[in-house]
Amino acid sequence: MSARRPPEPIGPYVIGWAVLLLLLGLSVLAAYQPIGPVFQPIVHFGIAATQAAIVFILFMKLRGRPSLKWVFAAAGFFWLIFLFGLATVDYATRSGFPLQ
Amino acid sequence: MFSGRLQEQYTDSAQQAETAQLGMWVFIATEVMFFGALIFSYMIYRVAYPEQFRLAGHETFILLGSVNQALLITSSLTMVLAVRAAKADQQRALVLLLAATAALGLTFLGVKGYEYAQDVAAHSVPVADYIFKPGEHRPTEIFWCFYFIATGLHAIHLSIGIILVLMLTVRAAQGAFSPEYDAPLEVIGLYWSFVDTVWFFLFACIYPLGRAGP
Repeated sequence: MSARRPPEPIGPYVIGWAVLLLLLGLSVLAAYQPIGPVFQPIVHFGIAATQAAIVFILFMKLRGRPSLKWVFAAAGFFWLIFLFGLATVDYATRSGFPLQ
Repeated sequence: MFSGRLQEQYTDSAQQAETAQLGMWVFIATEVMFFGALIFSYMIYRVAYPEQFRLAGHETFILLGSVNQALLITSSLTMVLAVRAAKADQQRALVLLLAATAALGLTFLGVKGYEYAQDVAAHSVPVADYIFKPGEHRPTEIFWCFYFIATGLHAIHLSIGIILVLMLTVRAAQGAFSPEYDAPLEVIGLYWSFVDTVWFFLFACIYPLGRAGP
């Protein structure tokens, strides 16, 4: 039979959950504000990225061991920069897009 | 599905568990690129047809999307608490939390199914059954193509997660996990929370559009 260890505190997880729900509420609220077509995606994708960061760091324990997982997690986003960057250059330099 | 036995290539169970976690992170990195490409294609067309995307987004059901996001956020909490329960050797809590996680995932799929039914009733199925609302033109169908492909792929990912969590629930009920052996819980927990984060971005793509008027 395995020995019991004191359980890790539940507080940070519950706080993280509450903050995620608050951010969801904020996102819904922002959807009904006339913030303009430029700021609209910035606000909503900003909230989504903040929520994702909370889940990655707190729920997926990106802080803890093994620390090598930082490299693995960062690699995905690193290649995403190439994907977004080069594809953006392609579309930004095309003539005749979008098709009329 | 998983063997609790220490495999010969590892020095101890901690190293074996860390390797399993790193393997899941590699998989998640590929998933980031998979969904990243999908969302990038959405952005290209949103920039190209901003007004049409605004009109199409207005027809989506933000309440259902929000309820579903709350369900997924809560399921990520129950999943991480399940891992915590295993580490503290709280067997009954472990089984209950895993079952709650699967139930929340199934509820998400139920709400999503209801939402799809509403979309079909509103004739918002591109190509097959699409009625243009006032001001709408062909590019609105691009938005709905993205909507069904992205949410469909997400639902497939979540379904796989539900099956895995249900398998973990059965094994947990048989007493398979302990503070010394919780690697499968950690690894499936990573996958589950990642699928949760994908929904944050799909939500931002789909639901806030066209709510604040022109």
